[in-house]
Amino acid sequence: MLVISALITGLGLGSMYGLLALGFHVTYAVSATVNFAQGSSMMLGAVFAYVFAVRLGLPLYAAAFIALSLCAAYGVLVERLAVRPFVRRGSNAWLMATVALGIVVDNTVLFTFGKEPRGFQMSWAQGGLDVAGIHVSYLQLLIPVVGLSLAAALNLLKNKTQTGKAMLAVVQNPDAARLMGINVPVVICGAYALSTAFAGAAGILIAPLYNVNADMGTVFGLKAFAVAILGGITSAWGVMLAGLLFGVVEALITALLGSTYTQILSFALVIVALALMPNGIFGRAEVKKV
Amino acid sequence: MKKLLVVIGMLVALPALAQETIKIGLVTALSGQSARAGEAITRGLQVAIDELNAAGGALGRKFELVRRDDEATPAKGVIAARELVHKEKVAVLFGGLDTPVSIAIIPVITEAKVPFMGPWAAGTPITHNGTSPNFAFRVSAVDEIVDKAMLQYAEKTFNAKKPGLILINNPWGESNEKGLKAAMAAKNVTPAGIEKFEGSDVDVVPQLTRLKNAGADSLFLVGNVGPSAQVVKSLDRMGWKPPIVSHWGPAGGRFTELAGPSAPSVHFVQTYSFFGNQRPVGQKVLKALMAKYPDIKTAGDVTPAVGVANAYDAMMLTALAIRNAGSTDGTKIREGYYKIASYDGLIKSYKSPFTATNHDAITENDYVWTQFIDNEILPVGMKK
Repeated sequence: MLVISALITGLGLGSMYGLLALGFHVTYAVSATVNFAQGSSMMLGAVFAYVFAVRLGLPLYAAAFIALSLCAAYGVLVERLAVRPFVRRGSNAWLMATVALGIVVDNTVLFTFGKEPRGFQMSWAQGGLDVAGIHVSYLQLLIPVVGLSLAAALNLLKNKTQTGKAMLAVVQNPDAARLMGINVPVVICGAYALSTAFAGAAGILIAPLYNVNADMGTVFGLKAFAVAILGGITSAWGVMLAGLLFGVVEALITALLGSTYTQILSFALVIVALALMPNGIFGRAEVKKV
Repeated sequence: MKKLLVVIGMLVALPALAQETIKIGLVTALSGQSARAGEAITRGLQVAIDELNAAGGALGRKFELVRRDDEATPAKGVIAARELVHKEKVAVLFGGLDTPVSIAIIPVITEAKVPFMGPWAAGTPITHNGTSPNFAFRVSAVDEIVDKAMLQYAEKTFNAKKPGLILINNPWGESNEKGLKAAMAAKNVTPAGIEKFEGSDVDVVPQLTRLKNAGADSLFLVGNVGPSAQVVKSLDRMGWKPPIVSHWGPAGGRFTELAGPSAPSVHFVQTYSFFGNQRPVGQKVLKALMAKYPDIKTAGDVTPAVGVANAYDAMMLTALAIRNAGSTDGTKIREGYYKIASYDGLIKSYKSPFTATNHDAITENDYVWTQFIDNEILPVGMKK
């Protein structure tokens, strides 16, 4: 019972990490850059959904749609303001610029949304099922389903559509892609929009389990980056599965050994895994043809 | 000519000196999850300061409150404390909700010889800090005493035999772990287990499942409002409804909104409630609060009441200490606290509240047990 309960918890949390890590994957795969403030994008998803659903009284699906659209727009902003200007100059300063933009966003939300955390209760999320004597809420079932569905959709987009192929072409050889008529800046911008929308989805899903506040994404963002590296940042399925693995391991350590060991052991295992597999569990070594 | 200029200069400066205020510093969370607690402390202090100033202040000077936000972070609290002590020259520095911040501030005030007054944070080491001379005082609950009260309440109310401990993983949680272990050892009670959780934990089910499997018949909860709400929501998801006896963390914010429908199941300790029959001091303070803050229309709007009440009494006792000291010198104010013979306060009538060996004015006899009913903190069992 202890293990099953931990597995359910771990899969839910792991899906959150996976969704955020997918955001790291999608921009890295296209531009070899990432938005280090993914946690802020996640927070924005939760805050926008709360504002539209609770304060403005829109139906949840409408609030979620608007929130995700605004998150995607924020992704475009991140790319235009904090990534493109630096990449164009051959600088790596986008690393710091994305962190700085995240801090600006967190503090802006703090002063506009409010200083207190708010509860985002969804009536349907309260209900659940009893499985083998364990109560599982509908939301805990929904989160992994959404996470895995989005990973599958991203995989399909990359491998089966023209847009996906264009994205892959951009990362392989931007100059050749440009010569073939692919609008490279638009593709990269789109990747950032997709990345922040994934994070926003994670924020909306986690809000009823947690609460909505300006710094809710900080710890998640850090763990998600660890997950992205662990999974092998170049593989969509890899980061999603690494997210699930990380979540389950975290929950199992807590359940079996006690919470004192959770952070120590889970991050120690990340180091061990990366020492044994430097490209991540599911990643492949980059081959440069000369 | 020179003498004339000096005399003119002194004449010009005298009114300014006469009007110079006695600055009272406050370092607390004014943003984030504990913002409400910081606001409550501010209100308690401000109402007391208004009352004192209306009666002429102390030493012929008015009091002035100077606040800084520590964002519940020790590092920021230390920076704010240094600024208030060295730049603003506050006579006494008040702390806020968070034990880790107060503990971090102690070396700053000890070095500067400025008295520290804790109106909320309950960590035992704040006043039992090992410094000599000790400049830290408190008008608030003390963990090791609250811990004894929690055990006593759980045994009496819920017939608890094997409580499980679920504690926030920070110095406040550690302080209560020691206190609860000592209280249980004294009564030969063995805990079902001791589990820690992080403020950022979304799901506390694994820790709670361990306690449930270990046979816990009740829970002792220590955590601020957000983390405490996470415990209650996790219990809901598990479908487990043990009695929950809590330290006063849930009082610090919108607990009902965050924890959901099971919020009333948490019984937590407070030092004061504005509900029920009030003594004249209580009636006076409630009236002053309603006059000053338009959002306070009933006793239920004074929330968290503990922050307001502790801060009010702490400020009144501080004014007495300054009067006893006859100066704003920190060392003399410290001695001034010891010289307070009696004060008829909001929480109780204080008799020699501070001595060289006791810097805590509140005792185990001063606690009340409360629960959230809707958004109001009511004594347990009291109907709205």
